[in-house]
Amino acid sequence: MINIFEVNETNKMVEKENFDVRTITIGISLLDCIDSDLDRLNEKIYNKITTVAKDLVKVGKEIERDYLIPIVNKRISVTPIALVGGAACKSPEDFVTIAKTLDSAAKTVGINFIGGYSALVSKGMTAADELLIRSIPQALASTDFVCSSINVGSTKTGINMDAVRLMGQIVKETAEATKEKDSLGCAKLVVFCNAPDDNPFMAGAFHGVTEADAIINVGVSGPGVVKTALEQVRGESFEVLCETIKKTAFKITRVGQLVAKTASEKLGIPFGIIDLSLAPTPAIGDSVAGIFEEMGLERAGAPGTTAALALLNDQVKKGGIMASSYVGGLSGAFIPVSEDQGMIDAVVDGALTLEKLEAMTCVCSVGLDMIAIPGRTKAETISGIIADEMAIGMINQKTTAVRLIPVIGKDVGETVEFGGLLGYAPIMPVNEFSCDDFVNRQGRIPAPIHSFKN
Amino acid sequence: METKSRAIITVVGKDTVGIIAKVCTYLAKNHVNVLDISQTIVSGFFNMMMIVDLNASDKPFDELQKELTQIGEEIGVDIKCQKEEIFEMMHRI
Repeated sequence: MINIFEVNETNKMVEKENFDVRTITIGISLLDCIDSDLDRLNEKIYNKITTVAKDLVKVGKEIERDYLIPIVNKRISVTPIALVGGAACKSPEDFVTIAKTLDSAAKTVGINFIGGYSALVSKGMTAADELLIRSIPQALASTDFVCSSINVGSTKTGINMDAVRLMGQIVKETAEATKEKDSLGCAKLVVFCNAPDDNPFMAGAFHGVTEADAIINVGVSGPGVVKTALEQVRGESFEVLCETIKKTAFKITRVGQLVAKTASEKLGIPFGIIDLSLAPTPAIGDSVAGIFEEMGLERAGAPGTTAALALLNDQVKKGGIMASSYVGGLSGAFIPVSEDQGMIDAVVDGALTLEKLEAMTCVCSVGLDMIAIPGRTKAETISGIIADEMAIGMINQKTTAVRLIPVIGKDVGETVEFGGLLGYAPIMPVNEFSCDDFVNRQGRIPAPIHSFKN
Repeated sequence: METKSRAIITVVGKDTVGIIAKVCTYLAKNHVNVLDISQTIVSGFFNMMMIVDLNASDKPFDELQKELTQIGEEIGVDIKCQKEEIFEMMHRI
């Protein structure tokens, strides 16, 4: 039988170490809503989402109550809208009506984000894909909860540089369109390479076309729990360090598995995957950078950070894999700057730069995440940064992503406040040497060779 | 109907006379059977855990939780009631 120490350990994780289940995300296919009439399409989308997900928030609250484990977010991901709206939408404005429908469906069911305002253009763009991409600034400016993601490359197809170039402009336009809110729109826009079909985390979640009609995906969190566990093994060997992370990741993930299974039973929707990600929050002690410090680095960004992150990411997976029957999504440590107090401190202290963050993304999910840059940064420069990050994903057969926020009217030395889980961020300097002639070339970067790995 | 109905009740707070009595009286009144009790005092703080069987009780789980919390407030301790699976999942393979 369970003993008092085990009970106390579990409850302490929640009460003192910020342990929570970060999100229950229902993936919903909208392929059966496709219609050539825009009004009918919007009506079908609204009806399907509000029917399938009507009990999501209620069930989430029941699970929180039964186990006294916080479930921070209840969310929805849908089929990439470029596919769903292709037959009905003849202009970017037509696509914006779908964004508004998604937003109102999200409000009706009481969730806080809906992802899938997306296009998958890793090799080429259809007319609909391009219309959707061009509608993003307006869509994100005129909705509250819609999240957008564009997959512009993959290991199998290479990188669509036409899409990369376009996305540099779109990120900039989105920043302009939401400048009264400190360019918040860009916090809801991700550019991916090798985007997973079953990611429960925003802003990059969408419901892939290879998925079932509806599915439950769960993302757990718990950097604070890992950090506290590591406090007990200060100065010990790497073996002890790794074992401790693994065991902790196992325990955390088991709760995710329980929540996913219970939600699946109560909602009558099949269980998809657990995403084994250590997702930080701005709360004190809930920081991935805090784990690095506990491992022995003065600040995130110090030499050794990439190795520490590689170790952390791998051990979290090793511990988590056995704890769950299905693992998927992004699965790794997240290193968003604005959502992690330790990362913010490291940037302010000058320990962490954009270039070091880029190196770190080679060994972890996900990418350059929630990084505020000067609003005057050129679209071509943003495209160049995107291209670099996509190349890391393409060559290393992993997911990478870029979520940069060029904050209009702000520059290095200033900070920007997004609020809530999105946190706040110091504006980081960007390398201003030109890459214009490179990103302005047409076409795509071919798929990489899969042998002769060096 | 709930399929598995065991819960863990934890009581943490300043030690006073009659904490266990009060909780157990409430449980008995609601046909909740106590399967196991363990208790320690950690630096002056009373720390108790009970494993209980809810099968014979017709009180809905959320009401049980609320009323136990209220009893806790009356005697100045923190009482939690959680379904057992979360602990089984985390600590047993």
